[in-house]
Amino acid sequence: MKRIVRNSKVRDFHQARWNEPIIFELSRKGERGVLVPKAEADIVKQVGDGLSKIPSKMRRNGLPNLPEINQKRVLMHYLRLSQETLGGDVNIEIGQGTCTVKYNPKINDKIANTEKMTALHPLQDKSTVQGILEIIYKTDLMMREISGMNYFSFQPGGGSQATMSMASIVRMYHRLRGEEDKRDEIITTVYSHPSDAAAPALKGYKIITIMTDENGQPDYEAFKAAVSERTAAFVVANPEDTGIFNPRIKEFTDLITKAGGLNCYDQANANGLFGIARAKEAGFHMCYFNLHKSFGTPHGCGGPGSGALGVIEELRDYLPKPLVEFDGDKYFLDYDLKNSIGKVKSFQGSPQVVLKAYAWIMSLGAEGLYEVAKIASLNNIYLIKKLLEYKGLTVPYKVDTQRIEQARYTMEEITKDTGITSGDLARRVMDFGMHIWSSHHPYYIPEPLTLEPTETPSKDDLDEYIKTIHHIFDEAYENPEIIHNAPHNSTIHQVDETSLDDSEKWCPTWRVYLRKTKED
Amino acid sequence: MKIIGLIINPIAGMGGRVGLKGTDGIETLNKAIQLGAIKEAPNKAIKALRKLEPIKEKLLILTSSSDMGENQCKALGFNHEVVYKSNKITVFLDTLNAAKIMEKRGADLIIFVGGDGTARDIYNAVENRVVTVGIPAGVKIQSPVYGNTPELAGELALMYLKDGNLHIKEEEVVDIDEEAFRNNQVRTKLFGYLKVPYKKEWLQNKKAPTPLGEEESQKAIGLDIIDNMLEDIYYLIGPGTTTKAIMDQLNLPNSLLGVDIIKNKTIVKLDCNEKDILDILGNSVGKLIITPTGGQGYLLGRGNQQISPKVIEKIKKDNIIVISPNSKIVELKGNPLLIYTGDEALDKNLEGYYRIKIGYGMDIMYKVSVGH
Repeated sequence: MKRIVRNSKVRDFHQARWNEPIIFELSRKGERGVLVPKAEADIVKQVGDGLSKIPSKMRRNGLPNLPEINQKRVLMHYLRLSQETLGGDVNIEIGQGTCTVKYNPKINDKIANTEKMTALHPLQDKSTVQGILEIIYKTDLMMREISGMNYFSFQPGGGSQATMSMASIVRMYHRLRGEEDKRDEIITTVYSHPSDAAAPALKGYKIITIMTDENGQPDYEAFKAAVSERTAAFVVANPEDTGIFNPRIKEFTDLITKAGGLNCYDQANANGLFGIARAKEAGFHMCYFNLHKSFGTPHGCGGPGSGALGVIEELRDYLPKPLVEFDGDKYFLDYDLKNSIGKVKSFQGSPQVVLKAYAWIMSLGAEGLYEVAKIASLNNIYLIKKLLEYKGLTVPYKVDTQRIEQARYTMEEITKDTGITSGDLARRVMDFGMHIWSSHHPYYIPEPLTLEPTETPSKDDLDEYIKTIHHIFDEAYENPEIIHNAPHNSTIHQVDETSLDDSEKWCPTWRVYLRKTKED
Repeated sequence: MKIIGLIINPIAGMGGRVGLKGTDGIETLNKAIQLGAIKEAPNKAIKALRKLEPIKEKLLILTSSSDMGENQCKALGFNHEVVYKSNKITVFLDTLNAAKIMEKRGADLIIFVGGDGTARDIYNAVENRVVTVGIPAGVKIQSPVYGNTPELAGELALMYLKDGNLHIKEEEVVDIDEEAFRNNQVRTKLFGYLKVPYKKEWLQNKKAPTPLGEEESQKAIGLDIIDNMLEDIYYLIGPGTTTKAIMDQLNLPNSLLGVDIIKNKTIVKLDCNEKDILDILGNSVGKLIITPTGGQGYLLGRGNQQISPKVIEKIKKDNIIVISPNSKIVELKGNPLLIYTGDEALDKNLEGYYRIKIGYGMDIMYKVSVGH
């Protein structure tokens, strides 16, 4: 018998293709998954039949149009669909820079899935939910240590909502000082996450964006020219989406503080900073962490999310209410926040996500968090060094400007040589069981790739990733047709992406699909 | 049946291979021929025309004699009619006259092959009355009226003729400023705008819908300016399509290449020269709204000479409002915007960081430096 040869790092991959119908199309009249037993006579005697007491106005006349399908067929349907996805647990998830996807320990999902968590109701008496309140409170304490802030709220349902909450605090802060109308501008930087501009814009602020200098760092002279008595706040990520860290950040925040504005730190992704740099020392008045980006909880799109919003002592009363507090004896909800921006989400946000983050931090400890930062950065440096060995791939701005935990590359030269764009590459990597996300806002850098390994991948994973990208670059020069027609081995072939901009082609529901595809 | 005009400037691009800067003027052309230059434009025209083969049966091509289009139509077997006969050496008048005839004959589209000079001749003939597609053949083309390659230009023409519902936009016709050239300065100047079809570029972008295109950005910028206009103040609206969008949204007539003055959202005077501007302003406050024009990121000194040093001194730096779709800023690749008024001290004084309005409620801080 021969050993299997494993000398190629580039994977021979083929994804499932089931051409699976929509579940409504599988429906067969009368087919059943479960037959719900009728209530027994004794029960009917006690409470009635359970239906006739529903007021007639609330009662349906017809049956809901739900698919009728048996258990085996439902199971087949969803298992097939699951084989047609490329989730973070099956692929080497490096191509989601700006999104930041890292491993979510399964044990934490299990803990959050126990009845102790799932059977809780937010309106239960507080004496019966001391456990989860304790976890929220203690997570707050740990976040304080990590950031230097004094209080955290876990109400925001994700990173962008936390940014929105920061903008709300900024507005309230200036309103109470009688400066709301005068201070109508928020300054951000060009490679901060796009939500840092979008959320304040939604709050009615004018946005001023600072471009970079030749090092790829925010241009301080431009910043100085932008700060004025109209400045309400500075909202910024550091490092930015290019992976470049602004070492002069304290000069920026000091200037804002002097001008009477507030400094808001988008620390959604703290992977390069744990145990190294904190919001407080950098002069920020508030910050937030995205629990999925930094604390190993599942990405918000795949489950409820959480943006942990922290503020300095002076801003405690502006936080969304209530806060979880501890009086030395029991945990309670403190509604007494006199300047509060109000509620941004019902109850306590997503406590099951906080629980997962708590478990993640507790399993690592302070030393472990510091190691996360070191490994995330080391992985990134290794990835950059190896990827750039391919002639034509570069990083914009000075190559020797340190990238922290992610990097935005440009394959402009390769595109010029071969016509293969970064969009083409994103399609072709699917043939190797990988995924490149195409979010590189704002599109200042031509043919961009934004890659972020986090601390998750092993060296073997990184090497497979690098070899695969280089393999596709080789194809660009030697056999571009294979890329033009990619993906070949994925679930579906090329899709017309223009439909994303054409509302006529949007089908959010089965009913809409039937209406829009109706044959005359 | 669609009627298209085809104009090939057969000598365009001949200078390039032999190290000349263009083929304007018979002397340069002769020199190019002596140096062994060969005609590039006719081949490029053929590459583009091939893309029209799927609709060959439905086309009538109006063209000029020999290598100005006739030969190429014959080579590909296109249904054509020679509407203009040229002399042996092609001069700018050939392009100009042929285009005029084609417009008269009701061409749906004029396809022209050449460089910046050719675009200028087409503009002088038809201005923005006829939709055009430019096939690049010149040495160093500055005007964005041209497609990136002959093939892409051909595809664009095909799409326009087939569906007819492509977007139309006005693109700059930019050419060397001869006056400056005679003083040994290579400077470009904005000469006008041609109507060109364009296909919206769909960015591969699954996180959000396609960002605003140039036209939508211009509208958004225009609305911001209008919403923030102060009463009883003169607004000088400089040249360009971005500034034009302000006037369009106010439903005001405007001069695309000139400076228009408005006050309280009504017209004071259209297409002002330096003296008009100074007379109207007198001692009152005015705000100047400008956008980069004429290529290379020039804010002042390219095709807007009415905005003279005297005018700027009167307006003062703080009253200059700069607007631009972000796509134009992206094209600068981090290079500063430029000014060159001819007054050294003033230029120095105008340098620095400006807020560039790129959308509704959206500014970027951007560096402005002295050009030359």
